[in-house]
Amino acid sequence: MSKQVKRLDRVIIRFAGDSGDGMQLTGDRFTQESAAFGNDLSTLPNFPAEIRAPQGTLPGVSSFQVHFADHDILTPGDAPDVLVAMNPAALRANLGDLPKGATIVVDTHDFTARNLTKAGYADNPLEDESLSEYAVHALDLTGMTVEAVKEFGLSRKDAARAKNMFALGLLSWLYGRPTESTIAFLQRRFAKVPDIRDANVAAYRAGWNFGETTETFVVSYEVKPAPMPTGTYRNITGNLALSYGLIAGGVQSGLPIFLGSYPITPASDILHELSKHKSFGVTTFQAEDEIAGIGAAIGASFSGSLGITTTSGPGIALKSESIGLAVMTELPLLVIDVQRGGPSTGLPTKTEQADLLQAMFGRNGESPVPIVAPRSPGDCFDAALEAIRIAITYRTPVMLLSDGMLANGSEPWRVPELAELPEIDPAFATEPNQGDGDDAEFWPYLRDEQTLARPWAIPGTPGLEHRIGGLEKGDGHGNISYDPANHDFMVRTRAAKVERIAESLPPLEVDDPDGNAKVLVLGWGSTYGPIGAGVRRVRKAGYHVAQVHLRHLNPLPRDLGDILERYDKVLIPEMNLGQLALLIRARYLVDAVGYNHVRGLPLKAAELAEAIGNLVADAEGVEVDLSATTAHAITGGDER
Amino acid sequence: MSDTDLGLPAVRSGIELVPSLEEGTPPQTGKDFTSDQEVRWCPGCGDYAVLKAVQGFLPDLGLRRENIVFVSGIGCSSRFPYYLETYGMHSIHGRAPSIATGIATSRADLSVWVVTGDGDALSIGGNHLIHALRRNVNMTILLFNNRIYGLTKGQYSPTSETGKITKSTPMGSLDHPFNPVSLALGAEATFVARTIDSDRKHLTGVLSAAAAHRGTSFVEIYQNCPIFNDGAFDAVKSPVTRDEAIIPLVQGEPIRFGTDGSRGLIRDSATGGVKIVDVGDEPDQVSPDKVLVHDAHSPDATTAFAISRLTDAGRLHQAPIGIFRQVSRPTYDDLARDQIAQAAAGVTGSKSERLGALIGGGDTWTVA
Repeated sequence: MSKQVKRLDRVIIRFAGDSGDGMQLTGDRFTQESAAFGNDLSTLPNFPAEIRAPQGTLPGVSSFQVHFADHDILTPGDAPDVLVAMNPAALRANLGDLPKGATIVVDTHDFTARNLTKAGYADNPLEDESLSEYAVHALDLTGMTVEAVKEFGLSRKDAARAKNMFALGLLSWLYGRPTESTIAFLQRRFAKVPDIRDANVAAYRAGWNFGETTETFVVSYEVKPAPMPTGTYRNITGNLALSYGLIAGGVQSGLPIFLGSYPITPASDILHELSKHKSFGVTTFQAEDEIAGIGAAIGASFSGSLGITTTSGPGIALKSESIGLAVMTELPLLVIDVQRGGPSTGLPTKTEQADLLQAMFGRNGESPVPIVAPRSPGDCFDAALEAIRIAITYRTPVMLLSDGMLANGSEPWRVPELAELPEIDPAFATEPNQGDGDDAEFWPYLRDEQTLARPWAIPGTPGLEHRIGGLEKGDGHGNISYDPANHDFMVRTRAAKVERIAESLPPLEVDDPDGNAKVLVLGWGSTYGPIGAGVRRVRKAGYHVAQVHLRHLNPLPRDLGDILERYDKVLIPEMNLGQLALLIRARYLVDAVGYNHVRGLPLKAAELAEAIGNLVADAEGVEVDLSATTAHAITGGDER
Repeated sequence: MSDTDLGLPAVRSGIELVPSLEEGTPPQTGKDFTSDQEVRWCPGCGDYAVLKAVQGFLPDLGLRRENIVFVSGIGCSSRFPYYLETYGMHSIHGRAPSIATGIATSRADLSVWVVTGDGDALSIGGNHLIHALRRNVNMTILLFNNRIYGLTKGQYSPTSETGKITKSTPMGSLDHPFNPVSLALGAEATFVARTIDSDRKHLTGVLSAAAAHRGTSFVEIYQNCPIFNDGAFDAVKSPVTRDEAIIPLVQGEPIRFGTDGSRGLIRDSATGGVKIVDVGDEPDQVSPDKVLVHDAHSPDATTAFAISRLTDAGRLHQAPIGIFRQVSRPTYDDLARDQIAQAAAGVTGSKSERLGALIGGGDTWTVA
């Protein structure tokens, strides 16, 4: 039977199942296949904080969304075109996100009375009319899997566990994905357990073959590779890119890396990754608590390492006093906050960007800390290097604000050439810097005139013995000083030093294609993708809008004020209640408008487009109609 | 998980990897370790005596001054680093052990010292102290115990006796105090000692042994606060009472004290601990050959712990003084550096080349 192949420009698939069903792995494999095929893509893992919530329940549902396209895309997609649901709870938890007409592939095996009840279904949705607006493929995926792997003699339970690979095989057929990398992966992963390995490969192939032969699917789809700039690519998550950026910072500065960290979601993967790379001179110290993690990093920085601490929002709260010590002692230090929903323990596995004001102001006294933020998973690499450049050049703690969406999401990343990476010079002090001859002394707070950075003299350097600490320092000599005028001067100098960083920043990139926009959308961090996608929709509908995305939150770039003045309206979308907006309004007296959601999920491009459209209508006095651009891939729209 | 052969390093001295003075360099004196900062403790403070003893002792180590680092937390004693002409950091309350852990782990060539107090180490910084001890990071922790909060002007501390009347406890403090030596032994410290600010000879001897020990050396120093807790240690300082009050611990010697060694320690079979008995040849006395011989090197810390319990928890009338425990265990920092060396030995190529291979690894594809 020859089947029809239909071409699509992009597809959003969400794999959903119980936390033990291997949905993250399934999504990850589908992503790797798509990456290797050459699609542009963006992913959104979404999983519960519980390691194994009760089986079959709504809180236990884990999902992985992948958006892949034949063109450049920016987000994991607002709503899935296809839902793969491995049990009733997965169907129920995700159905609300599906647009009408979406495809549902569902494993019927767990649709028992007991599991339906656990998921909160009074009746079996596969047997009533409730799914009539969707294209439903109700299949006994588990049963077919068990049948496909019976020759390997596994227990029924173990056999059934390969159902995720059956589903992956089926979806891989449906979208014409290459299969070699997944088969190679399974062979590697289960090399030590041959029967499990063979069963998974068999289930994967059986899923593929089922798609090929069954009459359930009359069409398969094709999404062509996306044109991308030349280079070598890999799919990368934010936490991995960030880890590589840190290692690169060590290599480029010639400094050993010392990571002091305490495990916390969603930052722990950075600790895990760096722990694998000791051969680069990386020391990883799993401390007794968040405070000891940063304390040890400060000690290592004092001794001439690149001190780094990684955490999430609650950990930053605990580290605040120590960050203040690093501000006072003016030591290079990297503080990485992979933000999650808060306050308190909040939503450990969900994303948010509500730590901006904590990063800015969450310390006692006037305690300025430079802040940088990556905009996409791959950009975490560059952001880490930039944070390290600032920390070392200006002898200061630097806060890097990633978030759960960046940390676990992935995208194709063009691997940079080593020659593209910045050289970073630690420029340790080696000589006394005050007085001559026998009277020569070392003054630890005598500053570089241009950067206002103090000298970094590390133990082991003869003649430069000195003491630093949390007490106020006398200008220059650095001895304890309670002098009122000195304190005023030092407070202003520390602020001025951080402000000086702006002199080293490139001009902001203003995306305003024809220069006619009256509305500017200003963002930071992981909202880059959704904002960009929203902006594209508005432009595609024929309207004007400009976009600026900030890498540096402190200091703000020097040209930002002028740029803001050029626009009638400024929209600031954030996954918080308006933290950047607060800073911008205060600093520039601009009547910026916020667009704010704290749902633990990325902002949606369609909603953003609407918010932008409303402002455009206001600013330009026109009716704005975006309806032509909001439809879904399968039904024709796109994100270009 | 399986056990891994960590390739434990051979036992070495605490300062073995720290560069010494070059031969022919004139010997250092206390003055070489005295900074130009005016010492600002209260008149009569025990901290002066310890500072003098440390400044006088450091030249004995024969180390390059630039390879010595003193780290402190917050409290009166934590001003210590400012007065020493070495590298130093006066950090924040309770965190000195964690900062020193970073220093010691990242640099084998530094002699690392922590100066802390009873509030700094046992209250706000208790967590860091016990974890430094269990990790056995190569550093020496000097805990100045004056059994009071001095810098905040006289509140009771975690080592104050129960019922202490202070500004914050006008009806008497309620908490049971820590015994710092018992705590350190419980945290599996490898070197635990106690000494007294005013006994310079004993203090110097303990510092010397602490510096020579590879691992975390924990030294409790009884230190008088003349302003807020004057006389707290009179029993062990006064020539009249000290023979009865101090139970001296000397390696390989029977543990005897009191006038003419009239008292001593024996094992107490009833409790499994130790008890104090009258020693002599009379019928109601215990024969001298039954007296417990001090062995700080015993792999089992039980006896050391039992001895530490002979310290008064209330007003101090009796305390064992000396080195309770000194055993060898691999240090965290040595092991951490060994892992890095092991990892580095297993790869080839420059770091840049390997960085290129790392970031360009995994499943890649090329767009031409």
